[in-house]
Amino acid sequence: MEEKSRESGRAGGVPLRTPLYGWHEAHGAKMAEFGGYTMPMEYGGILREHQSVRTAAGIFDVSHMAEFWVTGDGAAPYLDRLVTNWPSRLEAGHALYTPMCYPDGGTVDDLLVLRLGADRFLLVTNAANHDDDAAWLRANNLWPARVTIEDVSRNMGLIAVQGPEAVRMVSSLADRPVADLPGFGLREPVEVAGVETIVSRTGYTGEDGFEIYIPEHGRETETIWKALVGAGAVPIGLGARDTLRLEARLPLYGHELSSEITPLEAGLGPFVKWEKPDDFLGREALARQKEAGPGRRLVGLRVEGGIARAGYRVRNPADGGQALGTVTSGSHSPTLGVPIALALVPAAWAKVGTELAVSIRARTVPARVVRLPFYRREAV
Amino acid sequence: MQVKDGLRYTREHEWIDGEGRVGVTDYAQDQLGDVVFVELPAVGQEVRQGESLGVVESVKSVSDLYCPATGTVVAVNEGLTDRPELVNQDPFGEGWLVQLRVEGEPEGLLSADDYRGFMEE
Repeated sequence: MEEKSRESGRAGGVPLRTPLYGWHEAHGAKMAEFGGYTMPMEYGGILREHQSVRTAAGIFDVSHMAEFWVTGDGAAPYLDRLVTNWPSRLEAGHALYTPMCYPDGGTVDDLLVLRLGADRFLLVTNAANHDDDAAWLRANNLWPARVTIEDVSRNMGLIAVQGPEAVRMVSSLADRPVADLPGFGLREPVEVAGVETIVSRTGYTGEDGFEIYIPEHGRETETIWKALVGAGAVPIGLGARDTLRLEARLPLYGHELSSEITPLEAGLGPFVKWEKPDDFLGREALARQKEAGPGRRLVGLRVEGGIARAGYRVRNPADGGQALGTVTSGSHSPTLGVPIALALVPAAWAKVGTELAVSIRARTVPARVVRLPFYRREAV
Repeated sequence: MQVKDGLRYTREHEWIDGEGRVGVTDYAQDQLGDVVFVELPAVGQEVRQGESLGVVESVKSVSDLYCPATGTVVAVNEGLTDRPELVNQDPFGEGWLVQLRVEGEPEGLLSADDYRGFMEE
């Protein structure tokens, strides 16, 4: 056997460690580098971990994510200009998901914005983009006297608890109610297993659940992690995190989004707020693209007879197999038991039901455009 | 990790038995993780030692299967189409991949003891 390819994040320099590194090592995790950190990929089987999140509850060490406090009386207008969604309209105690664009409409990153007060926001961005994001946030601070940006990526622990049992589990360890939080609601401070945290009803799996921010790293993150394991939560590596988010059609930067891919092409139009009164970075370019209609679109594919991986070519199934586009993410869907993929294809080929083909090594196999997401949890 | 006596092994973690049956080792299946797809050659195909004999895919990785001997493919494990997890569950048994009619004597294969030694290095 020799490995030809494996999905991984951008490398560079000596990898960092999360506060849970020691725990992962001690519990037999397969570790690999992702986003500049040595992260657990799996503990004992991606399929089993995936299933645990869909049917019970899983916990994820996502302390590698980058976090920035943005504070000051200019914070809200600064963020409204920086991202395509509308942070100033958020009430304190709520979060939103948003792309952040270059002036040409390409994507700098996608992130969560948590509002903790009138002038106090927490931005959560991708670990692999940490350095670019930090530079971009600072370069676009037009009001340095009124906006303070503090990079706390290295100090903050972050645990995601996801799955149908997540609410019960976190509630049992919290000193205040959290079950009443609406989707994208957040609360602070909440003591979880005696440790002060910020709890938000967010996630990256398509399941209900929480993300628990631990502002001070070290042992305290592990205290919560161990309490959750004690309550029956299953540790989940980045391998299953990827199949879970793919089934739920949640974009991963570097795949469905990049400096070359706009949020409109990636199907994230609802997160671009045209009715926002002031200018925002990328507005003009995105408006032009919206007017003309994006030339390519992100589609979901059901692939027959092979697994279409990121970077594989999507082709016309007839006419000599002309190349049409590229797979952005693809894997075996543990829930559906079949290969699935996301791909960028010309708008004319994006309709549900369209027959396409994908090149897998020397073969070309059929693929059909299907409705997204691949998986949607049943309403409770 | 289990190493089965009576088989011969490659340094790329394939095994071959006296009847020309080929599979991957326990170590290989553990490194791969959950196998979800196997691409195998056609029966009748002629293969040479050291060439790619097929592809084994786990959720996250794509790996070449190397041919441990020169010969002709006489059977492939059809059961893996529906149950690729057999490669994980029983790598030396039901998770076999391909059967070859071996021509000549393959070179450089390891005995079970040599493979154990190689693994310890």
